[in-house]
Amino acid sequence: MKVVNHKTSSIDGKGIMMGRPAFTDDLADPNSLIVKILRSPHAFAKIKSIDASQALALEGVELVLTHHDVPKKSYTRAGQGYPEPSPHDKFVLDEYVRYVGDEVACVAAINEKTAEKALKLIKVEYEVYEPVLDFEKTINNPTIIHPEDGIHEMFPIGYEPKKNIAAAYQMHIGDVEKVLASCDVVIQESFYTQAQAHSMMEPHTVNARLDFQNRLTLYSSTQTPFHVRRIIAQTLDIPISKIRVIKPRVGGGFGGKQALHGEMLVSMVTLKTGKPSKIYFTRKEVFESTYTRHPMRLDITLGSTKDGKLKAIDCYVLSDTGAYGEHALTVFMVTGSKVLPLYNKVDAVRFSGHAVYTNHVSAGAFRGYGAIQGNFALESAIDILCEKLKMDPILFRQKNMILEGETSPIFEIMGEGTEGTAMMMETCKLDYCVKRGYDLIDWKKKYPRVKMNDHQVKSVGMALAMQGSGIPYIDMGAATIKLNDAGFYNLMVGATEIGQGSDTVLAQIAAEELLTTVDKMIVYSSDTDLTPFDTGAYASSTTYVSGNAVVKAAKIMKDMLIKEASRILNVEVKDIDFNGSSFKSGKHEISLEDLANQITYNHEQKQLTATSSYVGHKSPPPFMAGFIEVDVDTETGEFDIKDYVSVVDCGVTINPKLAQGQVEGGIVQGLGMATFEDVKYGRKGNLLSNSFLYYKIPTALDIQKLTTEFAESYEESGPFGAKSVGEIGIDTPPAALANAIYNAVGVRIQRLPITPEKILKGILENKAKGVGL
Amino acid sequence: MKVKLILNHKNRTFEVTPDEYLLDTLRNNHITSVKKGCNQSTCGVCTVLLDGKPILSCSILTVLLEGRHITTVDGIQSEVDKISNYFGEEGADQCGFCNTGLALTIYALKKELKNPTDDEIKKYIVGNLCRCSGYQAQFLAIKKYLEDSL
Repeated sequence: MKVVNHKTSSIDGKGIMMGRPAFTDDLADPNSLIVKILRSPHAFAKIKSIDASQALALEGVELVLTHHDVPKKSYTRAGQGYPEPSPHDKFVLDEYVRYVGDEVACVAAINEKTAEKALKLIKVEYEVYEPVLDFEKTINNPTIIHPEDGIHEMFPIGYEPKKNIAAAYQMHIGDVEKVLASCDVVIQESFYTQAQAHSMMEPHTVNARLDFQNRLTLYSSTQTPFHVRRIIAQTLDIPISKIRVIKPRVGGGFGGKQALHGEMLVSMVTLKTGKPSKIYFTRKEVFESTYTRHPMRLDITLGSTKDGKLKAIDCYVLSDTGAYGEHALTVFMVTGSKVLPLYNKVDAVRFSGHAVYTNHVSAGAFRGYGAIQGNFALESAIDILCEKLKMDPILFRQKNMILEGETSPIFEIMGEGTEGTAMMMETCKLDYCVKRGYDLIDWKKKYPRVKMNDHQVKSVGMALAMQGSGIPYIDMGAATIKLNDAGFYNLMVGATEIGQGSDTVLAQIAAEELLTTVDKMIVYSSDTDLTPFDTGAYASSTTYVSGNAVVKAAKIMKDMLIKEASRILNVEVKDIDFNGSSFKSGKHEISLEDLANQITYNHEQKQLTATSSYVGHKSPPPFMAGFIEVDVDTETGEFDIKDYVSVVDCGVTINPKLAQGQVEGGIVQGLGMATFEDVKYGRKGNLLSNSFLYYKIPTALDIQKLTTEFAESYEESGPFGAKSVGEIGIDTPPAALANAIYNAVGVRIQRLPITPEKILKGILENKAKGVGL
Repeated sequence: MKVKLILNHKNRTFEVTPDEYLLDTLRNNHITSVKKGCNQSTCGVCTVLLDGKPILSCSILTVLLEGRHITTVDGIQSEVDKISNYFGEEGADQCGFCNTGLALTIYALKKELKNPTDDEIKKYIVGNLCRCSGYQAQFLAIKKYLEDSL
């Protein structure tokens, strides 16, 4: 391979760093009305009355929208395919507000100052209710968060809003109770994972205008332009052909921009006023009024023989979906489906749970999508079990983990909201990943701990992880390749570049298949009028699903080119040798440049365009082993992360440096969740962590060393052997760190984040009990 | 009121309100290379150079800057071109939203610190948050850029 698996600078990094207009707000109409949202000060209330007359009277105010002005049609902001596995439980504006920051009304004015002034002039009378803020007390709580009519599930997801249940699921393989009863060692533990904020650097933003065909055109910082188009059409009841959604460069998404935040309101403003409008979320709004990761409680029971054969896993998950049920079912299913198959040799496994409503900020899609929560619980529990067995946790994993050529029945049973897809692990280099990571972190020397001095110990910990590569039979990606005169190409994809490098990776794939170079492949993503369909950037699907579509389109283009060359050279198709820049048959030869020019200007002129699409029939998981080295201060509980070793099997890396960036970015986000990122609420449900002052994300100073390697691996079903790599990096840090802290000081943290205070508390408790190290 | 700035070495007069921040003055005048990340002095995305020193444009009133030098990436194009080569080489650019601000910080770092240690580099860029890269590739790119610029 000449382009794939080789280093290529991203095709757009330079232009963006040099300041070219690229992002949604850079492209907004300068005359846009500024849209601002009046947000609820209460965690749960009903709007008794709302009076916007004073706001409307203010000079410069064009429009005020309240729940009286919007269609009474429920929808979900989740940004998924159709029908969505999320309940339709949201109105564009509602008479109820369900969390502090929920939308009450919206104002459109000629400038920001006027819009903000107008918000203060809207008079709202609320009937305030007692909110439900403890997700362990929400099922059957007398307070019903969604008492309204007109909300519904799209297909059975266990939706019971009168019990505050947004989704429920259960499955089992074998008889868990019976197998557990036969086990020599059984452990039962509960784990808690906190809400995490996406904190992409570009806030959510969208702008709208009517074009000269009177069609609604949106520029949106979205991961899912095609879903946005469909959901606006369905909810606002306008013909889908009248909507165009353009996704410019997106300044980070991580799942947070899979959803619709602001699209409905700017669309309504522009449709009602005929004027361009835009919304640009403040950072406070991003924290308070978009999404978080689903916080969860995970109850895990493991049973094994005394010689370390894992026999049974039982897992119950309670997931806090917040005020709306976006991704409620699918996130918590992934908590099982992309974690439990790691240990495929068990006799019995059971997985069940509920996603429940609370009066918190809505939870939604976030890199890892449930797997990081499940990983923390299962990979911590495995170490707890090993401690009981007096067995090396690496040896235990090697004995019980999934290997190449094997499968797990879970793949067939659990999909994302539906049944799953049976598949064999054609590529699974976990055994290599574990061995290599073991060497790189120098486990033998450092496990379980090395005393450094009278108050510091060094230790190591590890965890395994898997993810998926798109959602089989659901995610579809398509690509169009167009030949231009002089012999360069356009590659048009619906796949959504959001900073992960997909435009570059897809250009590499197309260039490889067409035997050309990346500079000859001009990529455009994405525009619902101009690019073919793609479900969007989520579920680790772009490289695998959209990449396969690109391979197919490029093959068609190659065949077309050779056919044209055979016509022009007057030789048989089978005799033509194409090397990417010229066509040869014996002494006959024509360059691609000449051919492209001739068919454009001179002979039998025509436009060559090839389109193809791909839908996955399986979702080959990437795997990884993550190892952490920490120095822990036994007097203060403070710890210092010295190195994080990742050895990843993602198939062939299309672009090794960008793949490394995906893994390392994921590791650092995972370390943020493991150590200090914590979405916190006040007693009345108001968000306390509503700025980067109160919600710390990792900075350059927090990262000392990341060691990232890839296993040699070739996934037959992937484009040039690739699997996905977008999410896998985020999964292991919480469990690996928890295991390392235990190895260091004998304190087991089961509630994230892992802070010095919790560690010191554990050390002191151990001392008081006379146990520990 | 009118404020005269020396923006990227050229005199420019802007009509501003007394409570207007530099970030808004720039973006409202279509100088879109300066991005808005938090508007609360916490993320570094809106960094510009004030008389050569990196500052957060979201937190300084334009009226205070009469006659001062403001530099954005538009004013140091050839240097940013160079920096971006190192970022490309290390795979350090992902979404790029923080990169115009970071490029200015790196440029100022090169001017201000001679032979900085690893820790000094990290401390200098600590205010430029990035949620994509995990920082290591950025750090390697910056280090090589500084080494090659000696």
